[in-house]
Amino acid sequence: MTEQLVGYIEALRASNADSVTEVINAFGEVTAVVPRKHIVEACRFLKESYEFDMLADLTGADRGPEDAPRFEVNYHLFSTKHYSRLRLKTLLSEDDAKVETVTGLWKTADWHERETFDMFGVVFEGHPDLRRILMPSDFDGFALRKDFPLRGYEPYSLN
Amino acid sequence: MGLENKLFESLPDVMTVKLDAVVNWARKSSLWPATFGLACCAIEMMNTVSARNDLSRFGAETFRASPRQADVMIVSGRVSRKMAPVLRRIYDQMPEPKWVISMGACATSGGVFDNYAIVQGVDKIVPVDVYVPGCPPRPEMLVHAITMLQDKIMKESVKDRRDTFEAESRLSKVPGTLPVTEGTKLEKGLEAEVAKGDTARPYSVPSRHEKRRSS
Repeated sequence: MTEQLVGYIEALRASNADSVTEVINAFGEVTAVVPRKHIVEACRFLKESYEFDMLADLTGADRGPEDAPRFEVNYHLFSTKHYSRLRLKTLLSEDDAKVETVTGLWKTADWHERETFDMFGVVFEGHPDLRRILMPSDFDGFALRKDFPLRGYEPYSLN
Repeated sequence: MGLENKLFESLPDVMTVKLDAVVNWARKSSLWPATFGLACCAIEMMNTVSARNDLSRFGAETFRASPRQADVMIVSGRVSRKMAPVLRRIYDQMPEPKWVISMGACATSGGVFDNYAIVQGVDKIVPVDVYVPGCPPRPEMLVHAITMLQDKIMKESVKDRRDTFEAESRLSKVPGTLPVTEGTKLEKGLEAEVAKGDTARPYSVPSRHEKRRSS
């Protein structure tokens, strides 16, 4: 099963040698680490050439303030044609947590990117309406960052 | 040969009674709760009006989805920060007289959710009359809270619920209630404090009964 998935990644690498820096093959799942500047191009390639027509999930992760690069954005791709799943991962540093939006490829990325922005503070450049989606608009801080205090920042916390 | 005939014979044509007693009796006997089900406590609240627990025995079974037709808000569940302004607005839309029951540990104090997303007690947003502990409280406890609220309503004075400011109405201190603050010096002072930034008022204009339970 994973041979086929690795095949897609190899095809991606063949299209642009810089687009894949690492392939993680674990637990029957294949993850490709893609540099930030190639992520939209990689998504478009997989969507148009290999029928990954659905973005099942787009989410962020914080590896902690001591890690560099600190943030990752994960793209969970799914194909409704051949039912295979693929994960793309891009790594972002703390002081430049920006990545280009994929709303042009999948409409569903709109709210997923808003959520990732709301929780981690990752800015998606070119997003049509990048504002908070879960927390109130006047909320201070990004709640799922590792250094976010559980009770929130003053004076918002009201504690 | 019914009870009506017996009663009719013994009832006088004219009775004298305290106005408060009649008005409060009418109010407490027909409480219309606003459904504000926010979490698992709402399941228990629904069960309270079911056949087994039958809240209608106490005259409070008519749950209304519209705040304009309700006079008791049962806050059943944890209030998130994003829900807080919504809750306050619904409270403001309820006509006087109105009361609030804080149902369960989360509505009362935040419960186990001591975090950035949950308001640590709904009394930070609206004045609460009865707190119900439990996680979630059993329907019997909510029935008890309703009967406690009814006892409390019987101790109120009609004067306490006047819309217009009267100097003496602030002085009517009835157990369980505090005087009106609409347009009073007290509230104007509060407005000034808020304007200066001395007092935090996070969500909305205080109700005219906001200060009722604080003195």
